[in-house]
Amino acid sequence: MKADQMIPSTKIQRHFTWLLLVAVVVFLAACDERPWNDPQLPSPDGLATYQSMIISTPPKHLDPAISYASDESLFTMQIYEPPLTYHFLKRPYELIPGALVSLPEVSYLDSSGKAVNEDDESVAFTRYTLHLRDDLHYQPHPAFALDASGRPEYLFDTAAAGKRYHQIPDFPHTGDRPVHANDYVYAIKRLADPVIGSPMLGFMSQYIVGMKAFSEQVASLPRDQWLDLDNYAMEGLEVVDERTLTITIIGRYPQFLFWLAMPFFSPVGPEVDRFYHNPGFVDRNLTLDWWPVGSGPFLMASNDPNSEIILERNPNYRDDFFPSEGEPGDLEAGFLADAGKPIPFVDRAVFRIEKESLSQWTKFLQGYYDRSGEVHSQPAGLFDRAFQIGANGVELAPELKEHNITMSPDVQPAVYYYGFNMRDPVVGGYTEKKRKLRRALQIAFQTEDYLNIFYMGNGIVAENPIPPGIPGHLEGEAGMNPYVYDWVDGVAQRKSIEYARQLLAEAGYPNGRDEITGEPLKIFLDVQSQAINNTLMTWIVRVFSQIGVQVEFRPADFNRTREKMLTGNTQIFSFGWSADYPDPENFLFLLYGPEGPLECACDGANNGNYANEEYDSLFRQMRILPQGPERDSLVARMVELFRHDAVWLFAYYPTEIFLNNSWVHNNKRHGISRATLKYVRVEPDERAKMQNRWNQPITRPLYAAALILVALALPGVIAYRRRQKATARHAQE
Amino acid sequence: MLTYIIRRLFYAIPILLGVNLLTFTLFFVVNSPDDMAVSQLGAKYVTPEAIQSWKKKNGYDRPLFYNPDAAGSGAVTETIFFAKSLRLFAFDFGRSESGRDITTDISTRMWPSLAVAVPSFVVGIWVNICVALLVVMFHATRLDRWIVFVFVAMMSISYLFYIIGGQYLVAKTWRLVPISGFHAHGQFWKFLILPVLVGVVAGIGSGARWYRTLFLEEANQDYVRTARAKGASEIRILFRHILPNALIPILTGIVVLIPSLFMGGLLIESFFGIPGLGSYMLDAIKSQDFAIVRSMVFIGSILYIIGLILTDISYTWADPRLRLD
Repeated sequence: MKADQMIPSTKIQRHFTWLLLVAVVVFLAACDERPWNDPQLPSPDGLATYQSMIISTPPKHLDPAISYASDESLFTMQIYEPPLTYHFLKRPYELIPGALVSLPEVSYLDSSGKAVNEDDESVAFTRYTLHLRDDLHYQPHPAFALDASGRPEYLFDTAAAGKRYHQIPDFPHTGDRPVHANDYVYAIKRLADPVIGSPMLGFMSQYIVGMKAFSEQVASLPRDQWLDLDNYAMEGLEVVDERTLTITIIGRYPQFLFWLAMPFFSPVGPEVDRFYHNPGFVDRNLTLDWWPVGSGPFLMASNDPNSEIILERNPNYRDDFFPSEGEPGDLEAGFLADAGKPIPFVDRAVFRIEKESLSQWTKFLQGYYDRSGEVHSQPAGLFDRAFQIGANGVELAPELKEHNITMSPDVQPAVYYYGFNMRDPVVGGYTEKKRKLRRALQIAFQTEDYLNIFYMGNGIVAENPIPPGIPGHLEGEAGMNPYVYDWVDGVAQRKSIEYARQLLAEAGYPNGRDEITGEPLKIFLDVQSQAINNTLMTWIVRVFSQIGVQVEFRPADFNRTREKMLTGNTQIFSFGWSADYPDPENFLFLLYGPEGPLECACDGANNGNYANEEYDSLFRQMRILPQGPERDSLVARMVELFRHDAVWLFAYYPTEIFLNNSWVHNNKRHGISRATLKYVRVEPDERAKMQNRWNQPITRPLYAAALILVALALPGVIAYRRRQKATARHAQE
Repeated sequence: MLTYIIRRLFYAIPILLGVNLLTFTLFFVVNSPDDMAVSQLGAKYVTPEAIQSWKKKNGYDRPLFYNPDAAGSGAVTETIFFAKSLRLFAFDFGRSESGRDITTDISTRMWPSLAVAVPSFVVGIWVNICVALLVVMFHATRLDRWIVFVFVAMMSISYLFYIIGGQYLVAKTWRLVPISGFHAHGQFWKFLILPVLVGVVAGIGSGARWYRTLFLEEANQDYVRTARAKGASEIRILFRHILPNALIPILTGIVVLIPSLFMGGLLIESFFGIPGLGSYMLDAIKSQDFAIVRSMVFIGSILYIIGLILTDISYTWADPRLRLD
């Protein structure tokens, strides 16, 4: 062989030697105690870490004045502590003091500011007096750090001065201080600042005295630097002393208490606001929107919105204990096993962003996620893999049973529905004929089948706009819609298709045809494209064909569907509403006349433009009444009107089943509040043991792959060598 | 060559303007500024005042293309298109609709993208060329026909199949690597093994078949017969003679892609949880974040133009007879 022919093969050999060396180094580096497929970084020693996931997208806003979405409250509710909170275990949902010593004191004032009785007709204002606990303390944070002269350490005159800080952990010094009543006042003023853009500004301006005027005042001020909102007063807010404040609202609005349990009313220290207004900070995403500062059980240790968010225990968190009471059955279910113990139990919580269901599911099954999810609306695919329909309804798949995985069923305080546009010339209107037409369609739509087929039974048929767990929801015969169901042998039985046909004929559509023109009745469904598919459309067409009604679908994206509803250019539409707070008012306002988009020319919640004077009058009375029998009777009458007028084609309350690995405890789900991380307890040693047991790598395929490669390469090499050695004559032969 | 490059850079300006105009038009055909405001503000308690306030805060309170209320050149300059487009040419991408600094996000996210894209690209090309050259060696044999059949089959399979199949087999069933995720520190390489493997395997069918075609054209040239007649080994013929001569079409296909590696891959990053620019773009489209979409399309266009210029330059390296005038 000639020398120049040696060169390529020598090079190739050398390359392979290097590759082999690198492979060995990489392999040795991989040989630690953890399974090969472990996607988590090792937790710092001795810290109990909760491993979880955020599905789909990271939170957009963590500023308590802006944040509103449930995936955002998963974080804000751990970091901030609003005045009130919800009892973790009790149902129906119960408000309890959070940052307060007790529930707020409520007093009533007339228009001159004089105190009057609750039932006095001259009540013009309601005043809430809030007494703060004396052990509230902010988390350590550089915003509170002071220099030797007692001035804030991290206030910069220029962007260049603070350019070395890119994240909060970059700041070497931190400080802290107790929470003051003024911090709550400052936070409410931030809600009113139009520059911040709080979604609460428009809504709360209707209630908090002076909020609108305050907003207009600060809007007119020059904003080239931080504006100290403490320099401007809002009429309805008063700091009585360091631990007491009052909030005065216009008229009566008992639901205001529920708003005090939301992050919007969490304290914000003025120095924190000032800190985040340092020049250049916003360009490095150093904002309150990404690095929240609170007094809650956890603090933000790392916020990488691209991959993971890490919370750590707030060392300054107040004394807090696991509840000693719950609802009936909690003791038996083990939810009171930790009663009276100090919380939070976990030291760290890691939330990784997962976008694909296969990855989420696999990591959960491999033990790398403690629970199957945190917030509602998990992908349907996840559910399909986890459950099967057995003799007793929904059962865990065998694979999950082997892992001792437990289920946490949860009925969401929400209602999803298909509503009629009550101004539509065909299905809308309030005559008996129109009601009969709508009832016929209601009866024909087999909601039970719909839920069983398309949601594996994961939902409860709604015969009332108010979901379970909220006052006004009734079970049994009292909770049945008598226009669609009959009570037979202790269960609600949907009326027959024959009866639906009869109603349709009485409505002027015998056999589904207009009795005057003879044209077939065709209804139009406006749905969001992603919420409909061919199977569902076929099923709906078949359902209505039983009574001779034809269906046409008009799928569109969210924006176009919303536009149609705002302009009334829809006949039957789909919509959903999730509770802000557990009060019937928060659902019954979906049918309140002035909330109709065509009535208010706004983005109102009454998308069906339902207008019933009696209903509206009852609603106005109900919304200012405290809980009690009088209010209950008003609610019951409103529900009756809703059923009588047949306002929605069908509705259901979505249910969800969360899954928990065996080492996670206190998994009871709270439909309203996300401030539940402090109750979760994990057993890290058990988790590590199970992860090792479930994730032993199967290496045989690696050897098999190597063999296959050799088997493939060998004939080629042999053929090549034979060809190289062949003489011209041999080659021709 | 310098004149050529400068001329090409000037040509890029109208192209970038056109791309920007097209992106802007397409985006606002399906989304109005009001839609964007609602999407960012959430579905509840969104008052007309809140929408107006959001639009004002984010600079969407002007007409799209023409402002009849403005005097003189203001009719054009005081529009959303002008205000949002002009700053792009100064590489000022501004903030996303949710308030984050886009430049910071891009500079953070491009590293994970590169971490996946560069090895996939390099290893992919190396494997494809090697496989193609080996196939060329057995040209017109039964083995060659079978391999071409396998290539066509591999080309016909959806990319998603490779991803999901790879995840299912390698990560879920055999538990050899994490199924998804990424950490910038620690054993970050173990998160790259599967996406790179999938990227390389998925590209073999089309890549190797394309290179095979190029190499076959060269394999029938006279200089190959001459080399063989002189007794050069097949490996030497393939790597020393055929490969350099087939470089022009190879460079056409690959050099243009090099700058675009920064942009990452939409599917790979999404399925493997890589926090790169591909998933950044996908999330922005989902959340109707026009600021990010606009910036990413602009950067993508620039990188593509740079790729084309680099391709032209690489021709002069591959074939000294070529001159760029």
